[in-house]
Amino acid sequence: MSPAVAEPVEHRAPAGEGEEAAGAAGPLFALRDIGKTFANGTVALDGLDFTVGRHAFVSLLGPSGCGKSTVLRLIAGLTRPSRGRLVWHRQIARGDIGFVFQEPTLMPWATVFDNVRLPLRLQGRGRQEVREEVERALAMVGLEEFAGAYPRELSGGMKMRASIARALVTRPRLLLMDEPFAALDEITRFKLNNELLDLWARENWTVVFVTHSVYESVYLSQRILVMASRPGRITAEIPIDAPYPRDEAFRLSPAYTEACRRVSAELRRAMGE
Amino acid sequence: MAVALETETLTAAVPGGARRTGARLELAVRILGPLALLALILGGWELLVRVNEIPPYILPGPVAVLQSLVDDWQSLYPSLLVTLRITFLALAVAVIGGVGLAILFSLSRWIEMSLFPLAVILQVTPVVSIAPLILIYVDNITLALLICAWIVAFFPILSNTTLGLASADHNLRDLFELYGASRWQQLVHLRLPSALPYFLGGLRIAGGLSLIGAIVAEFAAGTGGTGSGLAFRILEAGWRLEIPRMFAALLLISMAGILIFLAFTALQHLLLRRWHASATARER
Repeated sequence: MSPAVAEPVEHRAPAGEGEEAAGAAGPLFALRDIGKTFANGTVALDGLDFTVGRHAFVSLLGPSGCGKSTVLRLIAGLTRPSRGRLVWHRQIARGDIGFVFQEPTLMPWATVFDNVRLPLRLQGRGRQEVREEVERALAMVGLEEFAGAYPRELSGGMKMRASIARALVTRPRLLLMDEPFAALDEITRFKLNNELLDLWARENWTVVFVTHSVYESVYLSQRILVMASRPGRITAEIPIDAPYPRDEAFRLSPAYTEACRRVSAELRRAMGE
Repeated sequence: MAVALETETLTAAVPGGARRTGARLELAVRILGPLALLALILGGWELLVRVNEIPPYILPGPVAVLQSLVDDWQSLYPSLLVTLRITFLALAVAVIGGVGLAILFSLSRWIEMSLFPLAVILQVTPVVSIAPLILIYVDNITLALLICAWIVAFFPILSNTTLGLASADHNLRDLFELYGASRWQQLVHLRLPSALPYFLGGLRIAGGLSLIGAIVAEFAAGTGGTGSGLAFRILEAGWRLEIPRMFAALLLISMAGILIFLAFTALQHLLLRRWHASATARER
């Protein structure tokens, strides 16, 4: 089955400032004055305050060690804030959040099928019962032919697809992605960027995407939050108003170049240059 | 936009017959090399014995040893079975105890911190020096031998499995937490599979060690009768100056050790060949 989208994708409302950034569909969650201090005294995050709207595509952009990953872990509930609150505007259940790590993080002893099945298996659902769900997720990332392969038999890009399929198998409402394409070559990264946008447009997820690439964040996002380090904080919030679907033509457009220039300037400022 | 399948193939193409010929040559060298060396050593040994007319009660040649193996098969074979029984029983208990304890360690830091030093003490104390004590306190000889063999066999399994259980990928652990996995699910679906290669490495060492433990304990026990193992046959033959028989018993012990090692190597290959880097061919 080809997961191609034939019909035109509806134009999404451009993001505004502050609460309005939540967009037309209303807010999904908000971080309220969140701070995180690690046990060794390192202040990882300080005064984080932003809202993410339903069906939004938001990127966190910043240098290494600025706490981007910690923000994702906070949202996923894998770590608790030392200060402030995480407010959910919609009821969130287990399986509503999908997480994609920088590494594919697959279980090497299990086939692609069993790796993708893992979240459903942990919910106590049987192999036959979830077959369709797993096959649907594999089809979404174009891996249906490789269900029986082991991770070591796959290329880097295919491993990442499997990892994404695993995050999608529970039909999440929120997808948290921690530099998922950073280790891939550029051509594969561009391809997966496009596929991610296609799926996002079809499936109506909310995506919070962590990256250190200005170009990737501009290409993908409706809104970019630029972060500075020590302590991790948000120094700028930049809406990217270009309409979707975005494709290679967008990469060559003056609007793209202009946005990259602005975001780069903000990133340099955040890094204290 | 369609999601196009990447064009990478599953495995790199083998460049013609060159690699196959190379592999065949390597296999031949791996098998024939050691065999040729062994034949050379045995031939030299036999020659040395014959040319110098060394009597068999001082140094028997390989032929005399083999002859003795055939002649004394009636007494050596049952002893081999006795030794192997102790070896495998000890190994089985070591696997159950070692893995069980390792799982307990992974569940509780307190248990690990309290028990691990004791396990180390057991490991570093030579079994030869504990065996006589165990033989004094444990009436049942078989049980005493079993305990000795277990003491040496269980540590590699415990320490390797403990390491393996702790080496589960951190991101995978986060993922399990995200999906609300129970401790049991984490153990079964994540920690145990992660520990498998480590456990199998430990098993391979423990297999040889349990044989050594069984032999050492038999030596310390030094008892005869119908239930005596190969070590006693060596002692007995020594007292009677039946040197070829000593060599024959030694040969059986070595063969048993080699077979145990090969069997566990095969098991390791079988269980890991699909996924673990240690068992898969590297593309060059």
